[in-house]
Amino acid sequence: MVTELHIKEVPQKQLGINPKKFILWLFMVSIVMVFAALTSGFIVRQAEGNWIIYELPSQLWISTVILVVSSLTAHWALKSAQKSNSLQTKLGLWVTFGLGLVFLSTQVWVWEILVQHDVYLVGNPGGSFLYVLMGVHAFHLISGLIYLMIMLVKSYRANEVSEIQFQLSLSTTYWHFLGGLWIYLYVFLIIYH
Amino acid sequence: MSTANIDLMDEMGHDDHDHHEQGFLSKYIFSTDHKTIAKQFLISGIIWAIIGGLLSVVFRLQLGFPDMDMAWLRPILGEWINIDAATGMGKLDTEFYLALVTMHGTIMVFFVLTAGLSGTFSNFLIPLQIGARDMASGFMNMLSYWFFFASSAIMFISFFISTGPASGSWVIYPPLSALPQSMSGAGLGMTLWLVAMALFIVSTLLGGINYIATVINLRTDGMSFTKLPLTIWAFFLTAIIGLLSFPVLLSAALLLILDRSFGTSFFLSEIYIGGEALPNMGGSPILFQHLFWFLGHPEVYIVLLPSLGITSEIIATNSRKPIFGYKAMIGSMMGIAILSFVVWAHHMFVTGMNPFAGSIFMLLTLIIAVPSAIKAFNYITTLWKGNIIFTPAMMFSIGLVSFFISGGVTGIFLGNAALDIQLHDTYFVTAHFHLVMGSAAFFGMIAGVYHWFPKMFGRMMNRKLGYIHFWTSFIGIYLIFFPMHYIGIAGFPRRYYSFTNFDAFSTFTDLNAFISIAAIATFAAQLIFVFNFFYSIFKGRRATKNPWNSTTLEWTTPIEPGHGNWPGAIPKVYRWPYDLSKPGAKEDFIMQDVPYAETPESNLPHEQELAGLEDKGDNTIKVD
Ligand code: HEM
Ligand SMILES: [Cu+2]
Repeated sequence: MVTELHIKEVPQKQLGINPKKFILWLFMVSIVMVFAALTSGFIVRQAEGNWIIYELPSQLWISTVILVVSSLTAHWALKSAQKSNSLQTKLGLWVTFGLGLVFLSTQVWVWEILVQHDVYLVGNPGGSFLYVLMGVHAFHLISGLIYLMIMLVKSYRANEVSEIQFQLSLSTTYWHFLGGLWIYLYVFLIIYH
Repeated sequence: MSTANIDLMDEMGHDDHDHHEQGFLSKYIFSTDHKTIAKQFLISGIIWAIIGGLLSVVFRLQLGFPDMDMAWLRPILGEWINIDAATGMGKLDTEFYLALVTMHGTIMVFFVLTAGLSGTFSNFLIPLQIGARDMASGFMNMLSYWFFFASSAIMFISFFISTGPASGSWVIYPPLSALPQSMSGAGLGMTLWLVAMALFIVSTLLGGINYIATVINLRTDGMSFTKLPLTIWAFFLTAIIGLLSFPVLLSAALLLILDRSFGTSFFLSEIYIGGEALPNMGGSPILFQHLFWFLGHPEVYIVLLPSLGITSEIIATNSRKPIFGYKAMIGSMMGIAILSFVVWAHHMFVTGMNPFAGSIFMLLTLIIAVPSAIKAFNYITTLWKGNIIFTPAMMFSIGLVSFFISGGVTGIFLGNAALDIQLHDTYFVTAHFHLVMGSAAFFGMIAGVYHWFPKMFGRMMNRKLGYIHFWTSFIGIYLIFFPMHYIGIAGFPRRYYSFTNFDAFSTFTDLNAFISIAAIATFAAQLIFVFNFFYSIFKGRRATKNPWNSTTLEWTTPIEPGHGNWPGAIPKVYRWPYDLSKPGAKEDFIMQDVPYAETPESNLPHEQELAGLEDKGDNTIKVD
C-alpha cells in the first residue's frame, strides 16, 4: 500500500540539561534557603532590639581570602583535567583541599577571638547567630571537603584525568558555591552585625 | 553511585535488559525502581494513616465522652490511662492527650499527606506520564524512601518511651517545645520528634529534587511543558515549593535544638519555671513562628496541590471532556505556589504583630483565594455537560472539590485579621483546615489510589466497596467537621483536654458526643478501603490496558510495566493530554502518542497543518 505522508509533525526533543548537574543546582538552592532563613531570622530578631554589638574579628578577612584562593586552585584543577594534565589536576585538588582545611582552622581561630571578646554561643542571640551562621557554613564546607576527597581518590584511580572532568566540574561548582556562600555571609555580617 | 544509575538508564533502552533477574532485596526492599518506591511510600502512608486515625479516635472519645471509663484502654495505652484509686475509673492522662493531638497532626500532615501522597504519586506518575524510564536518580529516590523510613521508625519509637511522644502540637511552638522541663512530652519525645523531622526533611528534599530534575530533563520527545498532564504540573510545583520551604523548617529546627540542648536563647526569654528564673535572655518565640509558618503555610499547599493535580486528571477523564482552562489551571497553580510564600503571617494575627503588617498579610491572604477559586470553577465547568462516569475515583474527586470549596470559604473568614481575633485557635480553625486540607487532600489521595490501582498492581479495586467507602466517608466527614464550626464560633479553644470544666461550653456536650460518634464511624469506614486495597492486590479483577480510556502515557505501558516502563522505545508525544470527546474522532479519547497525521477526521485546522495534512486538492494522503 502506498503511504505518502509529508509530515512536518516531528516531536521535538525536550530540553535536557545533564540531570546530575541539575540535581546539584537544586541541592544548592536548598542550601541557599537554609541560609536565607537564618539570615532573615537574624534581621527580624535584630530589629526587636536587645542585641549585643561587637567588633567583627578582622581575621575573617584572612579566611575569606583563603577561600577565594581555594576557588581559584579548584578552577585550575578542573582546567588541568580538561587538558589531561594529571599532575596539575591532583596538585590543584590537594591545594584546594589544604586551603579548605586552613579555612576551617581560621574559622575556629575566629571563634577563639570571639570568646576572648566575651561573645559566646550561649547568651545574647547577637552572638549566637554569628556562631550558627559560621558553624552551618563550616558544616557544608566539610561536606565540600569530603566531595573533594572523593574526587582525589577518583583522580588517582582514573587512567586519564580527563575521564573525570565532568564529575570534577560538579565538585568544582559546589566548591565555588561554598565560596560564594561565604562571601554572602561575610558581606551580610559586615552590614548587619 | 548516581553514575551507575545514569548508566543503567541508558542501558534500559536495550530490549534485552529485562531478563536479568533481580534478587528479592533489590527488587522489593532496596529497589531503585520508581514504581516500587511509590508502592513503598503508599503502603507506609496507609499504615501511618491508620495509626494517625486511631490516635484521633482516642482523643475524640475523651472530647465526646469526658466521663467515660477508659480503663479498657489500659492494655494498649498502659500508664497513660490513670486509674482513680477510689472509683476504679480510668482517665486519659492529661499530658498524653496533648501528645495524641500532636502526633495525630504530625503524622497526618507530614507522614501521610506529604510523604504518603507526594511520595506515592510523584514517584509513580512522573516517569510514567512524561515518558521516562525512571527518575533522574534512582539511587537518591531510594535514599528518599529510606530516610523517610528511618524518620518513621524514630517517630514510632517515641510512642514507647516513658515520658511519651512530643506534645507541643504539630507546630511545636517554643517555649513549650524548647524547655524539656516544661512538660513531660517536651523531653525525650520532643528530641525524637526533631530528629525524626530532620530526617523527614532530608527525605523530602531528596525526593523533591529528583522530581524537579526528572520533569525538567527526562520528558520524552514532544512532551513540552504545554503538553504535560496537570498531575505532573502539580507534582512539579509541589516539589518546588517543598525545595524552597523545607530547608527553612530545618533551620528553625536547628535553632530549636540549640536552644534545647546547648543553652542558647534564640527563642527563649525571661522565663520562670516553678518559680525559678531561667538564664535565657533575649530570645524571641515569635521568630520561631515566623520561621515555622514560612514552611507551614507552603506546606499546606504541598499537601493539597498533588491532590488537585490528581483530581484534574480524574475529573477530565471521567467527564469525557477536556479540562476546562488548562492554561488557567497551570497559571493558578503557579499563582498559588508563589503566593503561598507571602501569606504565612495569617497564622500569627494575634501574636501582637503590627496591625499594618496584619492588613498586608490579610490582603495577600485574600488574594490567594482567587487562584483557588479559579481552580474550583474549572473543575465545575469541566463537569458541566460532561458524560460523567461515576467511578469511585471520580466520586472522590468530586468530593474533593466539595471539601475544597466549603473549607475554602471559612478560610476567607479566618483571613480577616479582625475576625481572626475571635476565631483564632478555636475549633473553627480545626474545622477549616480539616475540610480544606485534611479531607480534600485525603480524598485526592484516595481517588488517585482507585484510579491508578490498575497500573500499580495490574488489578482493579472493587467498585461496590468503593462506593460504600465514598458515601460513608463523604457524609461522615461533613458530620464531623460541620458542627465543629459552631463550637469554634462559640469560642471553644483547640487543644483543650476537657471543656466540661467551663460552664459556657457545657451546652456543647451533645454536639461533641455527636462529632465523636461520627468520627469513629468514619474511621471505621476507612477499613473498608484498607480491606479493598489489600484484597484487590491479590484477588482483584484483572485490569485491562487502559481501563478508564485515558489519554496519558502511563496507559501505553504493558498492564504491569517492568523495569524501564516500556519494553520497546519510549512513545513520543504529539498532542496535549485532554483530547477527550474531540468532535469527529472515532473514539471519545485520543492518546497523547497518536500523531495528528493519524487523526485527519478530528484535527483542527492548525493541527491539520501541523500534520502536513492540509487539503491540497490532490490525493496524496493515504494512510494504511
Ligand atoms: C481560601 C483560601 C484560604 C484562606 C484565606 C485561609 C486562611 C487561613 C487562616 C487565616 C488561617 C489561620 C487561622 C488561625 O489560626 O487563626 C488558616 C489556618 C489553616 N489553614 Fe487555611 N486558608 C485557606 C486555604 C487553605 C488551604 C487550601 C489549606 C490546605 C490545603 C489550608 C490549611 C490550613 C491549615 C492547616 C491551617 C491551620 C494550621 C494550624 O494552626 O494548625 N488553608 N487558614
Ligand atoms: Cu496558612
